[in-house]
Amino acid sequence: MHDTPDPGDRGDAVCVVGAGASGLAAIKNLRELGFAVDCYERETSVGGAWNWRHDRSPVYAGTHLISSRPLTEFPDFPMPDTWPDYPHHRQVLDYLERYAKHFRLGDDIWFGMEVSSVEPAGDGRWDVTIRSTGGESSRVQRYAAVVVANGHNWSPLTPSIPGEFTGEVMHAGAYKDPARLRGRKVLVVGGGNTGCDIAVEAAQQATRVWHSTRRGYWYAPKYLFGRPADQVNDRLLRWRVPLRLRQWLYRRVLRLTTGDLTRYGLPEPDHRPYESHPVVNSQLPYYLGHGRIEPVPDVARYDGAGVVLTDGSRIEPDLVITATGYRPRFDFLAPELLEADEDGRPDLHLHAFARRHPTLAVIGLLQPDAGLFPLAHWQSVAVARWLRLRATDPARAAAVQQKESARPLESWSRRRVVPSQRHWFEVDHVAYLRAVEGLLSEMEGVR
Amino acid sequence: MSTGFAGPELVRFADWTDPVPPAAREVVSRLPDDDRENPPLLFVPGLGHGAWAFAEHWLGHAAGRGFPAYAVSPRPGGDLRARVHDVVQVAASLPRRTVLLGHGVGALVVARALGRYPARAAVLVAPVLDGWAALGSAVRANPSGTLPALFGGRLRLSARQLFAGAAPEGVLDRLGAGSRPRPELLTRAALPRPVGAPPVLVAGSPDDRVVRRPALDRAAARYGGAPLLFPGMGHDLMLETGWTEPIDAILDWLAKELPAPGL
Ligand SMILES: Cc1cc2nc3c(=O)[nH]c(=O)nc-3n(C[C@H](O)[C@H](O)[C@H](O)COP(=O)(O)OP(=O)(O)OC[C@H]3O[C@@H](n4cnc5c(N)ncnc54)[C@H](O)[C@@H]3O)c2cc1C
Ligand SMILES: NC(=O)c1ccc[n+]([C@@H]2O[C@H](COP(=O)([O-])OP(=O)(O)OC[C@H]3O[C@@H](n4cnc5c(N)ncnc54)[C@H](OP(=O)(O)O)[C@@H]3O)[C@@H](O)[C@H]2O)c1
Repeated sequence: MHDTPDPGDRGDAVCVVGAGASGLAAIKNLRELGFAVDCYERETSVGGAWNWRHDRSPVYAGTHLISSRPLTEFPDFPMPDTWPDYPHHRQVLDYLERYAKHFRLGDDIWFGMEVSSVEPAGDGRWDVTIRSTGGESSRVQRYAAVVVANGHNWSPLTPSIPGEFTGEVMHAGAYKDPARLRGRKVLVVGGGNTGCDIAVEAAQQATRVWHSTRRGYWYAPKYLFGRPADQVNDRLLRWRVPLRLRQWLYRRVLRLTTGDLTRYGLPEPDHRPYESHPVVNSQLPYYLGHGRIEPVPDVARYDGAGVVLTDGSRIEPDLVITATGYRPRFDFLAPELLEADEDGRPDLHLHAFARRHPTLAVIGLLQPDAGLFPLAHWQSVAVARWLRLRATDPARAAAVQQKESARPLESWSRRRVVPSQRHWFEVDHVAYLRAVEGLLSEMEGVR
Repeated sequence: MSTGFAGPELVRFADWTDPVPPAAREVVSRLPDDDRENPPLLFVPGLGHGAWAFAEHWLGHAAGRGFPAYAVSPRPGGDLRARVHDVVQVAASLPRRTVLLGHGVGALVVARALGRYPARAAVLVAPVLDGWAALGSAVRANPSGTLPALFGGRLRLSARQLFAGAAPEGVLDRLGAGSRPRPELLTRAALPRPVGAPPVLVAGSPDDRVVRRPALDRAAARYGGAPLLFPGMGHDLMLETGWTEPIDAILDWLAKELPAPGL
């Protein structure tokens, strides 16, 4: 550590923003390479999205994982093998809490502290402004590197629907308890996993349920041939079945199991399988078949007590839940540091490394077709090694950077996706991990 | 710097498509009276042994010196992958980063588990890391008990093989129960590089008739050190009459490697 005359200068220490799954992995893996770490978490406990006591948690009472346990757990800290294939959100939180305790990560986390600004201080170093969430105090600390793990599922993306509505409207992020739906007429907007989960919960509670989607999707079941569907899918990847053949198999298997959903009035998907973020829900087709969920097209406008749909029809729900997703937000960073576009979407190498700021990285900014934790783990291992290499062997670090800049974009970023706001950071977990593996092997021996 | 380790395994199709099924695990423990924030120790027995082999002396002794001490028996019929899985499952279920200690083939299980779990430290006691060398020694020391096992029969371990002198009372009856050596023990596949760079100690006896001195030296060199030796003892250091000396030396080494409690 440097001689630090200035009490705000933390020398070689690394600042981690956020103590969700990604931040916890970052602390652990940075510490394993010998870095001192200060992590700031604006909430009062760990777990991020999975801590549903947190105001901004997008998790609702009935949430279970959609990625199965072996594809979700950290690669060096498995979930108990007695847990179900698809654990409940409370189990996921319990798991993250045990991970934090096992590796004593709490020692390095400052709770109730929000990072409000991160500015370059020259020489690759950063001035980080931290504010207590009560707002009563703030301080500036200088760090050798900043690892951002602030999550991307907490700032609701709300559609701007013209007109006035006299009923109740809420974003899915504020939806927690199915009791809210009981005995009401509910319109759920959005065909992502949240929208489908809530439509199913509504089918069990509400008097009437409309589910509005603006395109057709491939709704995958949670089980295929008695195994979690993601495990079956990975078998195809293991055998290196080419994409075209996988797409064909996907259509076949779906047709033979779930059957043709257009029969219930859903639109045909406007894209091929694997070209949108996977929607995994076995119960949606079930409730469609029972008439408990009525599929409807996109919302055109509000009209007093009614909602007018794009096919001109009008429905009268008491409650509209917009499950239209979330947007990444980096309020504490100037957009150019992450080379973010006008919609705030960063452009990072491997969705992790700031292209012009070698000591700035983001963990967990991915939409994988599997659990996020393993990817966040290996991202943070790579970031830790990179920072170590850069500090100990700048010449070799420059060579690695040179080599990485030649890594083809399509090898790690899924290029063929349905044109939609949300798919820019979609990745295939196997292709992505292979790319990170490539980077790690370039840094072989760094520890 | 030690070499010859396999790199990290990011893509784990075996685990993702064919996870090891859960099994009831026999875990025996002896805990200290007060929590001194020491890391837990998890002992992993080798072929023909179960958690009982450590429950006999070492667990209680370690607990007496302030370490929460556990041992996990191999699951019946479990292959090497299942055994590694069980060790990592038990380690991750403990409240702190755990020290893994394996004996004989249990040391091979630990060496593999080190690629899957960032142990606080690891101790490989009389490690069978090279199945072929151990097989050669076993055939020489106990041909009639070893050879049938090569053709799918049971392994019968002998006192001469495991102990420098006579076997302690009652131990021979418990040995070998149900163990059939699995073919994967004879692979020379590279061991994984330990994740989290834990300190690793190799311990054994130059008079061991299963794991001989050159094998100990090779194992230690692999992890960048020299073996800690207990001359005059047999393979089963934890059951020999002189069992206190090795466990005390191991705990002394741990105390030195882990200066701040629990860190
Ligand atoms: C309903 C739902 C279900 C999901 N299901 C799955 C699933 O099945 N499998 C899967 O792998 N993933 C799933 N996800 C994705 C989920 O987001 C990730 O599993 C995981 O929670 C991401 O962790 P993270 O640490 O990146 O972000 P988060 O969990 O969001 O954590 C970010 C943390 O940073 C803190 N923070 C943010 N900004 C600041 C700041 N300025 N200063 C200080 N602290 C800050 C936040 O308080 C939070 O604690 C699901 C998401 C949702 C919404
Ligand atoms: N059970 C679970 O494990 C679970 C549950 C929920 C969420 N998740 C995860 O959490 C993340 C977020 O999921 P999410 O479902 O909340 O969001 P999402 O995946 O972003 O889906 C948003 C949905 O809303 C639609 N939409 C967006 N803007 C719209 C608009 N203005 N008008 C009409 N429709 C609009 C989108 O349509 P387009 O197709 O046109 O983009 C999409 O169908 C995902 O990673 C998801 O996998 C997991």
